[in-house]
Amino acid sequence: MPTDSDRRQRLRRLVQEIAGKPAPDDEQESLFESGLLDSFALPDLVSAIEKEFGMKVPDSDLNPRKFDSIARMDAYLADHME
Amino acid sequence: MTAYLHGFGAHLPERVVANAELAEQLGCTAEWIEKASGIQERRWGAPETTAADMGVAAAEDCLRKAGIAANTLGMLIVASGSDARGFPGPAAEVAARLGLDSTPALDVPMASAGSLFGLALAMRLAETQGDVLVVAAEKMSAVIESDPNTAILFGDGAGAALVSARPGRWRMLDAVLHTDGQYRADLAFDGTGPLRMNGLTVILQAARKIPSSITEVLGRQNISAQQVAVFLLHQANLNLLTRVAKSLGVGPEKVFANVQRYGNTSSASMLIAASEWSEANPEPGPIVFSAFGAGFHWGALVAVSGF
Repeated sequence: MPTDSDRRQRLRRLVQEIAGKPAPDDEQESLFESGLLDSFALPDLVSAIEKEFGMKVPDSDLNPRKFDSIARMDAYLADHME
Repeated sequence: MTAYLHGFGAHLPERVVANAELAEQLGCTAEWIEKASGIQERRWGAPETTAADMGVAAAEDCLRKAGIAANTLGMLIVASGSDARGFPGPAAEVAARLGLDSTPALDVPMASAGSLFGLALAMRLAETQGDVLVVAAEKMSAVIESDPNTAILFGDGAGAALVSARPGRWRMLDAVLHTDGQYRADLAFDGTGPLRMNGLTVILQAARKIPSSITEVLGRQNISAQQVAVFLLHQANLNLLTRVAKSLGVGPEKVFANVQRYGNTSSASMLIAASEWSEANPEPGPIVFSAFGAGFHWGALVAVSGF
């Protein structure tokens, strides 16, 4: 079970790999409204999260708001990882 | 239930609208349009042209190529999400202009996935109805407004397919259809405009649901994605087509693409793609149709060459 800090570091690394730029320092900042990621990066980000954390995000959870920022992704994972 | 695809037809308006022309109107650049969508140009019908006009032209093209007279049809299905709301829908006009005066004509008022749902219906109805002509026609230029995020994507056009219980070129094996109405506000047009699209939700859902429906229908028929000769998909966006290929584990060349030249023609796009592909002397093998669109409605259909 990863710690909160470890989980957020892994999320920051995934965002950086997909965006090709560092994730924002502010973990509340929208990755999409800031222009760091575009709509086509979102499916890649969800797939990367599934692979990194060994989980499946069900279709019913495919809501962009859940993956809008490092903080929201971290909250989603905290709720859904065993 | 045994049904066959006998052929396809298409109609595209003559007027070519290149990115440079659109960029000037929308206050963006031609390069941005192509990067965001993969689209280089699209066709727009004349102001007086209707979806039914284009549907009739595509229907006639399909019937001519299939060597079938309109008066032998057992049923007509017309999909259109952009046709003016109200009644009757365009199916009655297309039927009348094909010279049909008692053949049942069914409207499928569904954008993007309408032609797929029409094909799946035809597959199930051909045995009792006889030859079924599926037409999809869209005048998307009448729906788009000044928002660059949607205006760059769409074009006008129509496609058609002939489905019959008589043996033909491709035997239709199976289809899966799905709807999830909780997202109905994320891609919508109420008849007066503007078209509303939540791009993040649409892309996220489409990128997952198109491959999953294809995998579902292929799995039921014990066919692998690698065995498929071509994937004929709704031409929404070149970036999306590329991602679908990646998700399926096939090369991008397996996914037919003409969105670069016609833009997203909504429900018409899958049949326009099929028409162009079939005229290029395609290799035999399983073919897969798939679409995703407003509703959300989505699904996939598989057919194989021969009897």
